[in-house]
Parts: sequence; C-alpha cells; structure tokens
Amino acid sequence: MRQASRREFIRDGVAAFTVSFAAPAFLSDIALAQGARSRNLVVVYLAGGNDALSTLVPYRDPFYASRRPSIAIPAGQVLQIGSDTSGKALGLHPRLTGLRDIFNQGRLAVVQRTGYVNSSRSHFQGLDIWGTGDPNVPTGVGWLGRYLDTLPSPVDPLAGWNATRETPRALVARSVAVPAIPDARIYSLSSPNAAAEALNERAAATRISSHVSVSRPHLSFVNGSIRGALSTLDRVSSVNAYAPTATYANNGFALALRTVAASIVKGIGTRVFWVQIGGFDTHASQGLTGGGAYANLMATVGDGLLAFYNDLRNQGLLNDTLVLQFSEFGRRITENGSQGTDHGAAGVMMAMGGAVRGGIYGTAASLDPSPANPTLENGGGDVRHETDFRAVYARVLDGWLGTDSVSILGANFRPGAPAII
Amino acid sequence: MPRENWQVEHLMRRAAFGLNADDAVRFAEASVASVIDHLVEYERQPDDVDAKIGLSSYVGVTAPGRQFSPDTNIDDARQRWLFRMVHSQRPLQEKMALFWHNHFATAYSKVAGTYGAIVGTKMMAAKAGVLPGPPGQIELFRTHALGNFRDLLLEVAKDPATLVWLDGRLNVRGRPQENFAREIMELFTWGVGNYTEQDVYAAARVFTGWNLSAIKGATTTNDPNAYYEFLYNPNQHDATAKTFTFPIYNDGNKTIPARAAADGMQDGIDFITALARQPETARRLARKLWNFFVSELDAPDPAFVESVAAEYLRAGLEMKPVVRYILESPWFSDPDRWFTRYSWPAEFVVRAIREVGWNGLSVDAARTPLTNMGQTLFEPPDVAGWELGPGWFGTGAMLARMNFAAALAANQKVNLARAALSYRASPETLVDYLLFERLSPAPFDRLSYNDLVAYVQAGAAWTGADAQVNTKAAGLVRLVAGSAEYQFV
Repeated sequence: MRQASRREFIRDGVAAFTVSFAAPAFLSDIALAQGARSRNLVVVYLAGGNDALSTLVPYRDPFYASRRPSIAIPAGQVLQIGSDTSGKALGLHPRLTGLRDIFNQGRLAVVQRTGYVNSSRSHFQGLDIWGTGDPNVPTGVGWLGRYLDTLPSPVDPLAGWNATRETPRALVARSVAVPAIPDARIYSLSSPNAAAEALNERAAATRISSHVSVSRPHLSFVNGSIRGALSTLDRVSSVNAYAPTATYANNGFALALRTVAASIVKGIGTRVFWVQIGGFDTHASQGLTGGGAYANLMATVGDGLLAFYNDLRNQGLLNDTLVLQFSEFGRRITENGSQGTDHGAAGVMMAMGGAVRGGIYGTAASLDPSPANPTLENGGGDVRHETDFRAVYARVLDGWLGTDSVSILGANFRPGAPAII
Repeated sequence: MPRENWQVEHLMRRAAFGLNADDAVRFAEASVASVIDHLVEYERQPDDVDAKIGLSSYVGVTAPGRQFSPDTNIDDARQRWLFRMVHSQRPLQEKMALFWHNHFATAYSKVAGTYGAIVGTKMMAAKAGVLPGPPGQIELFRTHALGNFRDLLLEVAKDPATLVWLDGRLNVRGRPQENFAREIMELFTWGVGNYTEQDVYAAARVFTGWNLSAIKGATTTNDPNAYYEFLYNPNQHDATAKTFTFPIYNDGNKTIPARAAADGMQDGIDFITALARQPETARRLARKLWNFFVSELDAPDPAFVESVAAEYLRAGLEMKPVVRYILESPWFSDPDRWFTRYSWPAEFVVRAIREVGWNGLSVDAARTPLTNMGQTLFEPPDVAGWELGPGWFGTGAMLARMNFAAALAANQKVNLARAALSYRASPETLVDYLLFERLSPAPFDRLSYNDLVAYVQAGAAWTGADAQVNTKAAGLVRLVAGSAEYQFV
C-alpha cells in the first residue's frame, strides 16, 4: 500500500463546517427561556433490581414470613402506612422513616406491582426496557431523551443533568448530549499555563471543537461533548457555592441530591435530573429480620430523600419538583439459600413532591405460591405486574412535564394510569 | 523524524498502547507482519516489567508514608497495572488482560466489603508466589490473555473474586441462587435470547457447592497471609440430573446426568465446556473483538463474525490464532477504519504518558483522573463492564480527559520545552513536531491544524524565545491530547 505523507494525512477541510459558539450570556438566556425556575423531574434509579417486597412490606400476608424465613421483616418493625384498596395491610421498611414522614404529609405516592408483560430478568435488558419504554426494541433514544428532543432548539446542554458517570439509556437524546456531572466540584478546566495564556488555550479548544466534520460524525460527537463542557462550566460552578438548608449525609446518593437541590435553587435551567444508587442486586446476605445490607440501603435512600425534600420545602421549591423512583425489576418472592433473593418481575415505583397526591396505588399480590394465583407468575415464583410502568411515565409526561405522552411513548398509556399527580 | 509507518502506528494504537517516539524510530522500517509477530508471540519478550518499578527512567509510583504494596493495597495494585501498561514489553498481553477484565467484570468494592481490603486486593490483583494463597483474578487474565477460552472460563468460575462477586460462595443445594448461573450465559458466553429462565434455574443447581474454603493462613482477614481458595463442597452439591433446552454434549444430549456428589464438580465442567463451544458464544466473542480491534463505528461485518467464529471453533477455542487472524485481516488494516475506536480511559492515559513523557511523573497522578473519566481499574460499574464507545464521552468525562492532558503537560513542561527548542523556527515547525513526532499523529483536519498554529501566535507575535516555547509547547500538548481527534485509536 502506498504510504500517505504527513501533509496528506491532514484531511482536507472541505467536508467540514464550523458551528458558531455561543457566548455564556447567550446560553443563560436560553436557560431562562427554556425553564429556569420551571418544573423539575428528578428520576431516582435503584440499580440492581430492588426487592419491592422489602420496601413495601405485605406484612400480614400469610405466606410472607413462610416464604422468607430469614429475611422477612417482623410485623412489629414495619412502618405501617395503612392498606391498599383491596384491604391488604402494607408497611414501609423500618429504615424508611423519612419516607414515612413524607407519606404522612400526603406527598408520597407508592405504586405497587409496576412492570410489563414478560418481564426481563436481565439487569441490562431490563434497564434498557425501562429506559426506552419499549420492551420489544429497547435500543436507541430514551423516554426522557425523547422529551428533551421536544424542547425548542437549540436545546440547552444543561436541560438534562445526569448525576452518575454513565449516561443512562433513558437520557439518550437526539438533540443534546446530556452532561454527566456526578460532582460539580470537579467540573472545572485546567491548563498547564496561567492567566491570559490559559484563556488563549481555552479559546483554541473552543475553536477546534467547533468544527463539525460531516464525514466523521463520531468526531463531531466528541467535539459536542467538549463544547457542552466548555459552555456549561461557568453555570455548573455556580452550584458549588450552595448552602443547603437541610443536612445531607456524606454518601454519594445524598451528595448527588444535594447537587440537584443546588442547581434547582440556583435556577440554572435543568429540567430532568438522574440520580442513582447501586447495591440492590441482593442475591446474598440481604440482611436478617430487617437489618443488614438492605436496611443500610433503605436508610441511605430514605434519609437522602428526606433531606432533599426538606431542603426544597424550606426554599419554597417543593411545588416545582417531582421525584420519580424505579428499579429494573423486583425480586423472587421465596428467599434463596444465601439469605438473598434472585431476579423477579414486578416492582414498586414511588413519586414524591409538592404536587403529588400521596397514597397507596394499585393492589398488592397474594403471595400464595399456588401456580393458579393470578397475582403471581413464573409458577408462583414472582409478582405479576398490575400497572404498566409506561402508564406512570404517561402521567408524568402529560401531567407534569406538559408534553404529549402518546407521541413520546408511541402508544396511549393514559387509561388506567395512577393519578399520582 | 517523520512518523509515516501508518499501518504499524495503527497496529500499535489498537493492539498495544501506542507508539512513543523511541518505538517509532525502532519500528520505522518494520513490516506489519513482523510487528504482529512481536505482539502476538509475546512470550518471546521478557516478563520483567515489575522489576522496573521504582527505577529511575521509568514512570514513578507513589505510596506516601508506607511501603508500596501492590498485592495488598488496591490503589497500589492500580498503579502497578498502569505501570505495566506504560512499560510492558508485552503490551498485547496487558491489552487483552484489560479486555478480559471488562468481559468478566468484577469489582473490588464488593470483594473488599466482604473480606476486607487486604484479602480483597489479593483476590483481585495479587501476583503469584508473593504471599500465601492463589494469585489474583487479574493474573488469570494475564495467564490466559491469548489462551484457551474454555480454560479461562473454567478458571473464572473457580476464581475466589468471582465467587464473592457473583455470590457463588453461597450457592448451596436445595436453595440454589442464580447470580453466577445467569451471568455466565448472559454476559460471559452467548448472551440473552439463547436460553430460558428454566435454563438459568438448572444452571444454578449445576454450580451448587462451587464455594470458597474457610479462611486459611491466618486467623483474621487483616493478615496479609490470610487467603481463601476455591472449594468444591460435595455436601452442598445438588446431585440430581439437570436438563437444559440446548445440547450439553456432542451427541445432542441436553441432560447433565445425576452423579454421586463426590463427582458432581464434573457438572460444571461439562456445562462450561458446552457454553464455550456454542457457535453463538463464538459469534458473540467475535462481535466484541470487532468492537475492540476493528471498529466501533460500523456494526460488525457478518462475514467477519462468521470467519472469526469459525476460526475460534477450528482452533479449539484458542484465542491466539483468533486475535492473529483479526490483526492480519483486511477488516483490521482498512485505512477507513483507522481512528474509529473510542479509546478507553486507561488506554488514553497510558498512551498520553507514553507519548508526552514520564520523567518526573508518578502514575498515581492518573488514578483520580481515571475515576473522573469513568474507568477505575478493578472497579467496573457492574458485571456487564463499562459502557464503551460514545458512553465514555459524557461532558464530565471528557472534561476529565482534557484536564489530565493539562496536568500531564504541566508536569512535563520543562522536558517538552527542552525537546521543542530545535523546532522553534516558526509556529508551524513547533506544531508539526508536537503533533506528528512527539505524539503519535492524530487525524486533525486543516481547520483544526490552523487553529493550533493560530494558538501559537495568540497573545504575542512569535519570536521563538525560550519563554514562548516553554508556554506554547505545553499548551499545544494539552490541546492535542485533549482534542476529540486524539481520543480515537
């Protein structure tokens, strides 16, 4: 093969064009126009498949304790929140005291048995299905990405804010690369030089990243990330000066929620936030009688959300904020020999915020292991879904984000959607 | 001297960690075939890289106020691996170890959370023979880097870190648990769509009794001599027959027969052998290798997948002929596929260090930036491994790459300025030296190249004064290594 020379190696610029890069003031205007101080959606993902029966405990079900001889939570420990419409008594995990308080204030909705037909038992396929809202073709753009794509162009790079490192499927959009900002403190730009030279370098980086190569879209994609970073640095850094009005624990989940509260309070224009916490794949050593690893997870989730709730309430922003919690599946009803639970089917979703109509939605399963039990599936092994998760999405899209759920979800899931807001 | 051995540059970006300027001189006239031989037949190169840790003229390591302890301290283990990637004379072995680490993704935090930091580090990263107990998981990936996939799969199934990570240590007769059984099919071999839930439940029973021994060598887990090892426990093995929806044996039999518990470990060996031989496993490995070696822009070419899968089965599941086949194939060498793979953070960091320089640098300086880029070694986010390709390039992660380029350029500022002095005749000569010789050539187009030249002239007219070279050489290195173009291999 003929070797290219260095000069030939530099590709010709004919297939490229250059985007004009906006001044920070211009971007702030976009942010204001697109939604600073408007409604926010904070999605909380419990990664690994949350054991719904330990979050919302059917503590009087006659088969609950017998199918979970070591990990069942004693009835005397659960935080009772009443009964569902079928009369089934339910309680929150004993470490969810924060959520019980919010429930009692009427600002927490619990939606039982959420899922879909033929629930995937794979974490990764399951998360893609929840992310796209499409169990048949769970690839491509996510349900929240499709919402961001409906915003007026140009979409503010900070319209979405992912507080974890990897971009979740749900936030994959066509029009904008949602930034991953787990910690606003490290969201700053360094240089080997100081002062004016550092500014020259930043200007050069901005110019280089503004060339859009038509023939090399992958290069343009990475340049889009660079431009996204350079154009949002200054707004994001404003979050670091935040003084919360509630005490957040020193763990990644609570600190992510603190950052989300800061950006809501600072009004930087983000519409959709993504926060997640891992550790829910509790195949083993889940914890005996309400203690142990799962209890620690519940405390982290409940305490973190309570701090976030109080912080926003104190600042008068609770009515602008909706928290929506989900997980990719629930877990097997019968515990395994490792004091854990394997992958199951339907789960529990929760919504929290000033506009939420609190309460218990849906009806609990009977845990009777008979294969004829219609509330279970997989030979009585797993909880069968009652509410399609996309009905909950539809309610959020229509009733909170003010968009058209039918076009975003590709079908009408409004009938039977729980009226959580 | 100009670097124009393009196919070798491409090969070294993909199958190694890039050519630095010294290697470029060494390989300037080398044929592609000879470099493939050099990389693939890596046993011919000495395995002496660890002995160089701490010597001057190599990148440093940092262990403030304590002894450098890569077998018992995970941060030091990370430094040792980075050191190996920078300096190993067997770069393809390290590259494949990284590939397998992602394929059999196991995270230190759960292992250490179960058995403590010392035993946890040993399970992930201990070198053979230094302390009592089996070598760490990463050593399996090195040993079998281009070895037999079925052997590797079996070793992974018995590996203590895996047994903690996927809870196999607790998988017992009567009430099996399914974590490992599911992931060995979904992620380690043939992928979803090839098996049913009932197969998962049967596979969980196959691996009952594949547990860990009680702690040995000491009475506490805080003792560096303490270790666990694989234990087949016949008392916890489900000895009944297991029937699958797919053949386990060459005669088409789908049932692993009932066996005496004492012989029951053979169940798992039969099952692993069956999975490793499945044509769908061969195809899935071929697709992953396409993305790793050939391209992340084009979907795997079906002809490639079929040929590589056939080569894998023909070669008796040996990976060396498979990887050699790929590197020698026209799919690999096609110039349209140069720079079409998104570099992993570890690849980016190592390549940047190798090219920009390391005199006076510690690899520890890369540890926190790697986390911010989304790749903490020994800590993949979940058992599916890292989200590759565009998934590495969120704004925060890209910012971390730019900032690492800046930190490295700042660290090497004096060395860069000294080397650049003889290229200070004009802004173009300075840019050409850094873009095409000091660093491996990145695919800049004319507009971006002109921006680099304009940057050299920004602020003051170019005179070539020492102070200007000092500032602009470091700034150029940061701009190039932090550019989108440089992120592709």
